Formats: sequence, structure tokens, C-alpha cells
Amino acid sequence: MKDAATVWAEAMLAAALLAVDPRLGGVVVRAGPGPVRDAWVSGFRALFDVETPWRRLPPGIGDERLLGGLDLGAALGSGRKVLQRGLLAEADGGVVIAPMAERLTSGTASRLAAALDSGVISLERDGMAERLGARFVMVALDEGADDGERVGPGLSEHLAFAIDLDGVGHRDALPISATVADVAEAREALTHVGAPDQAMVEAICGAAEAFGIGSIRAPLLALRVAAALAALEGRDVIDPEDLSTAARLVLAPRATRMPDVTAEAEPESQPDDIPPSEPEAEQREPDATPPEDELDTAENDDMAAMLDDVVLDAVRAALPDGLDALWMDQGRAAQSAAMSSGRSGARRASPDRGRRIASRPGLPKQASGLDVVETLKAAAPWQKVRGALLGLDRGPMRIRRDDFRVRRFEQRSESTVIFVVDASGSAALQRLAETKGAVELLLAEAYVKRTQVALIAFRGTAAELLLPPTRSLTRARRSLAELAGGGATPLAAALEAAAILGVAERAKGRTPVLVIMTDGRGNIALDGAAFRTRAETDALNAARRIRGTGMAVALIDISPRPRGDGQKLAEAMGARFAALPYVEAGRVRDVVRSLEGVG
Amino acid sequence: MRVVFPFSAIVAQDEMKLALLLAAVDRTLGGVMVFGDRGSGKTTAVRGLAALLPPLKVIAGCRFNCEPGTPCEACVGVCRHTGKAGEAPAPVVDLPLGATEDRVVGALDLERALTLGEKAFEPGLLARANRGFLYIDEVNLLEDHLVDLLLDVAQSGENVVEREGLSIRHPARFVLVGSGNPEEGELRPQLLDRFGLSVEVTTPDRLADRVEVVKRRDAFDRDPAAFVELWKAKDTAVRRRIKAAQGRIGDIVVPDAVLEQGSRLCMAVGADGLRGELTLLRASRALAALEGREAVTDADLRKIAPMALRHRLRRGPLDEQASTARIDRALDELKAA
Repeated sequence: MKDAATVWAEAMLAAALLAVDPRLGGVVVRAGPGPVRDAWVSGFRALFDVETPWRRLPPGIGDERLLGGLDLGAALGSGRKVLQRGLLAEADGGVVIAPMAERLTSGTASRLAAALDSGVISLERDGMAERLGARFVMVALDEGADDGERVGPGLSEHLAFAIDLDGVGHRDALPISATVADVAEAREALTHVGAPDQAMVEAICGAAEAFGIGSIRAPLLALRVAAALAALEGRDVIDPEDLSTAARLVLAPRATRMPDVTAEAEPESQPDDIPPSEPEAEQREPDATPPEDELDTAENDDMAAMLDDVVLDAVRAALPDGLDALWMDQGRAAQSAAMSSGRSGARRASPDRGRRIASRPGLPKQASGLDVVETLKAAAPWQKVRGALLGLDRGPMRIRRDDFRVRRFEQRSESTVIFVVDASGSAALQRLAETKGAVELLLAEAYVKRTQVALIAFRGTAAELLLPPTRSLTRARRSLAELAGGGATPLAAALEAAAILGVAERAKGRTPVLVIMTDGRGNIALDGAAFRTRAETDALNAARRIRGTGMAVALIDISPRPRGDGQKLAEAMGARFAALPYVEAGRVRDVVRSLEGVG
Repeated sequence: MRVVFPFSAIVAQDEMKLALLLAAVDRTLGGVMVFGDRGSGKTTAVRGLAALLPPLKVIAGCRFNCEPGTPCEACVGVCRHTGKAGEAPAPVVDLPLGATEDRVVGALDLERALTLGEKAFEPGLLARANRGFLYIDEVNLLEDHLVDLLLDVAQSGENVVEREGLSIRHPARFVLVGSGNPEEGELRPQLLDRFGLSVEVTTPDRLADRVEVVKRRDAFDRDPAAFVELWKAKDTAVRRRIKAAQGRIGDIVVPDAVLEQGSRLCMAVGADGLRGELTLLRASRALAALEGREAVTDADLRKIAPMALRHRLRRGPLDEQASTARIDRALDELKAA
């Protein structure tokens, strides 16, 4: 592990690099609110002019404030369309700080990502059509309480850095020594930094590939970081150390696997690859790099191989200890990806929450329900007529009851159907195929109903979350394929896992629905021991805990000849009971539907 | 005008590039849906294509991009132009996330309504996209009511506005190009089916390709103007190819044997409906035109089949076998028969 002082030094280095080259996108800062995080933010701020725009982005921000729209007050006063800039356009040339960035909806994250990508906001709202500059550095403060809560990959992918300040004490958080003047100097120097040479590009791309980083943005950002590092030191050439530091900062947090040991010898095989798709173009195309061909090729290869090693080692050293930790990270990333699309931020269902959809005629029930712009548009065509009726030529807007337009918000009481599937030997293997059919059917409906589906399978000694809550068929397909059957029946563990996931989903503002498919004959106790009686007691206790949460539950008895164990368990957890010796996808769907109606 | 990354400088991604070119040659193909990972260059390709589309002949100043001599009904009332013929770049319009319905379909011009008490129509994005392309990044994040609306217009080629006391209809014939990341949720089958072609892109997995992508992107970011200049000749060549193909496509012959082969293929893979078959033939014809040939061959069908059919196969959502593989197998079987 890196020590706290190193972590802090790297965090401040990332701050300085962002100040030098805002095109690096930004940084995910993982840390709870507190003095250390404050020290980092104020250290970062000290690198910018006082006039630099600096905006805080609340997680539940709406499009009007984020992107902009019509300035209604000014429009009514002047009778002209007046633009109200959104937060992102206001932050042009500055910094956007998002506290609780892990709670940003995937919609907001996508808007941020689009702005980071293009540097502009295309505003097509409320009769306004504008393109506004929006080049900003994004600071996403990730306060996720557990590892399931992370800044979504759609956004973090655009940000060069990810730093984790959780292990840093406030004594380590020393003030930054760089100044605004230093940054200005480095910015100037950056314009003179030459392009990375072929070997450098190959080293970075090779390392990205070795660590399983698919996106092409990662190596691009790493090269930009290397250039900014050179600029910070006033050099106009990127040196190997810049490259390894850049790889450490940019590639390490994105790694999804450890490089193959055998692959390390591979670099030799790379340079002789023939350039891609358009060979005639390749030969004529003048590279931005200096002509290398004149150099001694052998020496060149050696240097390239050395560079590859340096970069690989730098990334490896920055990774958490060993492969296991990395794999866990991967699972975590996948899970948070799945969850972010469903995260709505709507913890309470209220009429002014959720995603706005088109306004419709009607009377507002509360002040916030009136869509003023749409109402004015509805009233505007009639002003002449209405004025004439009153014998008036000019005067205030005459708005009538039927002009009113109310805002509508999409219902956000989305449900997560959690399948808990007995994959043990006692439940026949074909059950799995049938269950897959049922999950399939529900997923097919998921787009329309905005249902998410999760799958917990249990067999042997443990229950496993095979499919974190998702709407993605791609993901479901992949994890269902891995579902195998056979072994003992750890029913109690499965019920516990289901209850925990259900409660977690509810905390996210979703409605959990448990569908448990088993024969009800557990034979593995919670602690993993194979005692049938204890296993049954544990299962019944877990069932009662589920009842305590008040979640909607269905238990589907899938044994060919039900013997009453399932029924008993269902009663203990207050579940709807159905005995389906042959699992039919359609019937399972009906059961789930009836539950959703209740929940 | 913004400087965009040149289309011809995009490394690999041949299927996506081809699909976009085909849609540019035959605008009736029904658009392109591009599925792919983040950072695989979907948006770059669409922007690049925009820069090399041949310009349109339009009535100067027309907000619906009407052809000279045949102004649409709405154009006569809304545009105050002289009717002089002019040229305009083919529109490639972005539908940004967060766009409101009034801006998409067009709405009452609030300013003129408030100040002059006039009921005037302010055309929206659908008008601007007429005779061009409409690009939606992350289609799966678009609000459902907008999606429905777009599908309706894309189908009918006409935008009917009935709101705020306005009653306007105008042509809105555009090529719909959507992009999305399947990890973020599926598209509804009804939506998917409306796209003529569907391609899947991934970031190149050959190291040499990746190195080339990074080098070119880096060179572009350092000096966009110089980079574009470097690729200008190639881009111009592509533009000429599109233009030539547009002119030639009407004369392309489709032999009966090829027609039959197409039908057999659609039946063999179980592609629903006639739309697949029609797209397959049209796209094959566009391919022949693009390659300067006079007739469609079996090889054209073979090349086009995956992108024209893969999103129309009847299958369970969790079918393990990739659609592309199924099409390939069917093609092999047909060939052997």
C-alpha cells in the first residue's frame, strides 16, 4: 500500500496538472466530507485566479439549472427571449464541483460527459436554441458509503484522475507549494511540449491493453498528463519518467486485470505489426513524430522495450495488493454500473420529483406544478383577441384557466425484482433453464416498465449475487450463462442475502420484490454447517426477518411433489405461495405482477 | 464552423463507416443505429460524416431546407425568403440530451407572440434536420415521449404540429442516426426495428490499431487545422464517391438470382417482416453504387446482411448465440446449397 504522504502528494499533483491542462477533464475524489477533503479542495482552488468561475453542482439538479433555458423574468419584462445560462455554461473556463457525485443520475452524468467531451452545451430548451461554451474541470466528490456506491463509469471515464483520500490524516494534508504564477508558466510551457514519440504511444497503449483498459480515452488522457508533467517542470520534451507517472495516475485506477506474465515478453511482437486499414495512406502520412527511421532500429527496439517495462511496472506498483483485490474492484465497478442507471435520487415519491416529461393542460395543484413558459405560450396567441374583448389595446398578459400547463413528472416508483433461485441438487437442473426463461420474460418487459431484475443463486455452501440489479440484457445474458447447478441447499444464507439486497434497493428509492424459487428444503445452516435441523431453524428465522421488512415476497415451490416445506416457509415470511411443479415463465410473470400491484 | 476530426482518419471501424456511407448514399435506408462501448468513436464518425456530405440545393434562407421551386406549405408562411436558389451544407443535427419537446417539433415563437401578439411558428430541430441527418447520442437515455414522437415523424416523413393554437405541417425527412451503449439498458424492439442498419462497434483490439488511433487523435488535438489539411484529399475523395454513388444508384441492376438469394436468407435466419428484406436489397444496391459497379452481387448481400438483419432476428432476449454468427451460418448454408 502507498503511505498517506505519497497519496496526498499524488492528489496534489493531480490538482496541479488539472490546473495546467483543463482538457484532462477532472478528477474523482473519494473521501468523506472533512478537513482532508477541504484541504484538497482549497489547495486546488489556490491554483486558480480569484475570478475563475467556481460552481457547485447539487446532485438532484434539473435541466433548467444545469443546461439553461429561458429567463422568464427578463423575457416578460422586455418582451424578448432572454437566455438564462445554466450552471455548466456559467462554469466555462472554470471548475464544477459535484458533492455526492455518486448520487448523480445517469441522465445528469451523461449531460456532464457530453459537455466534457465537446466543451459546449447545445441548448434546445424552452424556445431557446444556443451553443454555449462550457469548458470546465470537473471535480466529482465521491462520498459513497460503501463500495456499491460509486461515480458512474459514464462520467468517470472522462476524468483523467481518481484519488482516494480516505487513508490520509489531516496532518498529512500539507498545503500545496505551487502558485497561480507557476500554473500560468506551466500553461505557457505546455504549448511548447512536443508530441510523444511512437515508442511512448506504444508503451502507453500496450500498458492499457495489458491492464484490460478498453476505452481509448485512457491512453489519450495519459499522454496528455505526461505532457502536462513535462510542462510543470518547464521541459518541452516528454521524458520516460513523465510517462510512467502519467500511467500510474491515469491507468492504475482504471485497471481491470493484471497483465499476463507471459505477455510481458510480448512487446517485441508489436512493432512489426503492419499499420491499420489504409496502407497507402500510412506510408505517405507524415507523422507528428520526428523521423525515427534514421535511428538505429535495434537501439530503438531496446528503448521501446525498456519504456514498456517502465510503464507496466509503474502501473503495477500503484495497484492494490494482488489480483484478488483487483477482482473485487471489478465486481464493484460492474455493480455500480448496473445500479447507476436505476439510481433516481428520488427517495420519496412526490409529484415534483423524478424526470420531467412533457407538460400538459391542467390546473396546478401547487405552485411548483405550473409550467410558466408553456402556460405563456398557450396564452400568447389569444392576447389580441382577449384585449379586444375588453376594449383594451395594451396591458398585462391576460391568462385564463385553460391556458394553464402543468409540469408532469415520471412516476419513479420503480421496482427491482430479486430472483432467489435454488440451484442445488435437490431442485432439478431443468429448473434453472425454466427460471432463466422467467427472468428473460421479465427483462423483456423491463424497458417499458422500468423494472430492474437481480438474481441470487444458491447451492453448495453459499448464496451468490449472480446478477446485480440491472435493466441490461447484455449483462443478464452474461451472468445467467454462468449459472450452474448441483450441490447442497444453503437456503438460510440465500434468504439473508435476499433481505440485505432488498433493503439496499429500498434505500435507493426502489421497491424490492422478492421471488424465491425453491423446494424449501434447506440443509446447510447459516454458518455453513451441514445439519438439517439447524439449517431449517436458520431458514425459518431468516424468513421471519424478511417478514419484518415488509417487502413483497412470493415463494414458488418448484419441487416435483410439494411436501409442505415450501408452504411453511412462505407462511413464516408472509409470502404469497404458489406451487409450480413446472415453472412456466408466464405464470411466474403473473405472480410477480400481482406482487407489484401490492407493493 | 467547428473543425471536426476527418472521417477518413478514423482507424478501423469499417462496418460503422460503411453503414454511415450507405445511409448517405441512399437516404431511404432508414437510418443507422450504432451500438458500442464508451470511447469507441461513435460520435466522432457521425461528426466526420457531416463534414463530407455533399451540399444541398436549397431555397436560400429556408428554414426547412426546401428544394428550389418546391417550397413546402409551412415554408411559404414562415420563411420570408426571396425564393432564390442557393446551396447549404447538408444538415447533421444533434438532438442533445435535455432538449424539450417544443424545440424538437417546433413551437410558437414566444417573442413575437409577446411583443406583436402574432401567432408565428418557430421551427424546431426536426425542421432543421429535413433532408439531412438527425443524430441522437445515447438514444437509450432519451425520454420515452420524445422517442415515440421521433419514431412517428421518421416513419411518416412529416412533422405535424398542433399546439398553442398553431396548426402546421412540414416535411421532416431525415436519416436517423442513433448511438447507444448496451450496458446502459436495452432499446425497445419497436425502436430498434425502425433503424435500417445496425452496427456494433468496439474499441480496436489490435495494439497497432490502438496506437494509430491515439497518435491521430493526439495530432488532431494539437493542431486541428493542420491535421484536417493533411486528410483533406482523402476526405474529398470520399465526398466524391458519395456524390457519384448518389447519382448512379438509380441505374444499379439487381439480378433476379440475387433478389431470390436475399429472400431465402431472410427466411433462413427468421428475420421478421418485409422491412429487413427491403433494407438488405437497398443497402446492397447502395454498396454497389459506392463501389462503382453496375449490378448487385451475392458478395454485396453477404457484406450487408449482418448490418441489415442482425437487429431483426426473432429470438429470446437471452439467446446465447450472437445474431451475427447466426447470419453468417445461414449465409454459408445457402452458399453450400
